[in-house]
Amino acid sequence: MLRAAGRRFLRLGSEHRAPTVAVAARGYHERVVDHYDNPRNVGSFDKNDPSVGTGLVGAPACGDVMKLQIKVDDATGKIVDACFKTFGCGSAIASSSVATEWVKGKHMEEVLSIKNTEIAKHLSLPPVKLHCSMLAEDAIKAAVKDYEAKKAKLAAGNAETTQTVKVATA
Amino acid sequence: MAAAAASRLLRRALTPAVARRRFSTAAVAAETPPSPLPSATGEEDAGMVSMKGVRISGRPLYLDMQATTPVDPRVLDAMLPFYLSRFGNPHSRTHLYGWESESAVEAARASVAALVAADPKEIFFTSGATESNNISVKGLMRFHRARKRHVVTTQTEHKCVLDSCRHLQQEGFEVTYLPVRPDGLVDLDHLADAIRPDTGLVSVMAVNNEIGVVQPLEEIGRLCREKGAVFHTDAAQALGKIPIDVEKMGIGLMSLSGHKIYGPKGVGALYVRRRPRVRIEPQMNGGGQERGIRSGTVPTPLVVGMGAACEIAMKEMDYDSRRISALQERLLNGIRAKLDGVVVNGSLEHRYPGNLNLSFAFVEGESLLMGLKEVAVSSGSACTSASLEPSYVLRALGVDEDMAHTSIRFGIGRFTTEAEIDKAIELTVRQVEKLREMSPLYEMVKEGIDIKSIQWAQH
Repeated sequence: MLRAAGRRFLRLGSEHRAPTVAVAARGYHERVVDHYDNPRNVGSFDKNDPSVGTGLVGAPACGDVMKLQIKVDDATGKIVDACFKTFGCGSAIASSSVATEWVKGKHMEEVLSIKNTEIAKHLSLPPVKLHCSMLAEDAIKAAVKDYEAKKAKLAAGNAETTQTVKVATA
Repeated sequence: MAAAAASRLLRRALTPAVARRRFSTAAVAAETPPSPLPSATGEEDAGMVSMKGVRISGRPLYLDMQATTPVDPRVLDAMLPFYLSRFGNPHSRTHLYGWESESAVEAARASVAALVAADPKEIFFTSGATESNNISVKGLMRFHRARKRHVVTTQTEHKCVLDSCRHLQQEGFEVTYLPVRPDGLVDLDHLADAIRPDTGLVSVMAVNNEIGVVQPLEEIGRLCREKGAVFHTDAAQALGKIPIDVEKMGIGLMSLSGHKIYGPKGVGALYVRRRPRVRIEPQMNGGGQERGIRSGTVPTPLVVGMGAACEIAMKEMDYDSRRISALQERLLNGIRAKLDGVVVNGSLEHRYPGNLNLSFAFVEGESLLMGLKEVAVSSGSACTSASLEPSYVLRALGVDEDMAHTSIRFGIGRFTTEAEIDKAIELTVRQVEKLREMSPLYEMVKEGIDIKSIQWAQH
């Protein structure tokens, strides 16, 4: 037991390099790189599926466009699946990837309370990249809004699908 | 006994690792030095390089020659004696150290002059092209401040020229920033219209650092001579790469840089025409070195390096140019063979072949750079600049905003090999394909939706 304790002490003692918190002044956090290299939930659901809500936010002129889709279980109102596609920098891709991970399995009302600051903190985004997390929050809200609008329209008996692509405003 | 072992263990644990090693020069030499900067933790183990959250197997391929170039080993050979044994100050007139240093500086001056068909008396050494640009713009206009109040330049100039012009505006001068055509070249008619009787300086860079287009220097020089304005050109990217002749091109002032032609960093030169004499006000005051144009001790090793680099460039310019053109074609064809939606920014005909600026539709520049961590390239995307504005050069070309976010600049140089180009093609194609899979814009285009017709919600 003493030897194990001693070994632990030894390991503590040998860590005299700089701490491995990889938040350099202008580098990427490990998590951002991870989400970029192994993005979770990239893909598309069928837009016209009534249980799918699509949020499309951003603008190519700003260099950031996010499309976040959620598949909702109509009975329980829970989000069973989510996927995303993003045109944007590494932080934008990571923010939307994180957003899809966090909304899975949650209730629609719950996900509306996901704040961009939480996403930014999770990814250690520098101040200049905070707008990426803001866009991810907007994308979630837009997806939920789209699903609810679809549900309302179906309920009103209007089964016409729109031809033009409409961008949901956050 | 167990207590003794435990106390020994404890003592070993509590003493820092460095102190534990025995003091011997061999041990100190063998020890890997700790990283000097606390913020950049670079560790290397088993060939893997890890820095700023990115792990790659070995150092990246260098394809960013417009940013800087490696020093040619022959240049370094020429420089070293002037650091170690012939280290005199070239302005020391009283002993051998000064005399040999001065003669080395003069020999370097002659090499630089020969490369641009100038007289050595017209070359002045500075700390770099930025300083030379500053002296040209501010020095010339301030000297002629009584009669000449107007400057003409282009929107694609280097930041140091644009900033110097802005500074002049604050002093009361007027500046015209000419737009360029979509291929990056300046419109000669617009230029002719813009030059006024009180125009002191026309500044147009020879080869653009971002898009690589070569401006029609002879025509511009002729125009300036006709109208009586001094023609200044920032030839930092052009020296040693395209033939420059100050007589044929009617150049009055020219800025040159050392570290863009395989020379050392920290040195540059300024060409100032003597016939007819171009008068400038010095910006660095002091002991009157460099004929009073630029005071300060001339850094002999750096200047010798620049001279050597110019000599080598004179001999190898043709060979390099042919080789680099072939590599550029290989790169462009290799990428175009596997990807569509690839746009070359800037004219392909009037271009220095070593600079290839490409836009990949539906893919954002910074995310592409993040994936291309094994290739060192740069981008004109907003995210990679400190502000969120896309590159002003690409905007001046009239590139659509969404395409300005997608540009990548490949810089090919003297030491680039075919294997590096092939590897760069492979990595680029792979990353672009991966990012296009992730891109909602690409998806929309594949479905047949016209992106330009969509009303985007602004933030």
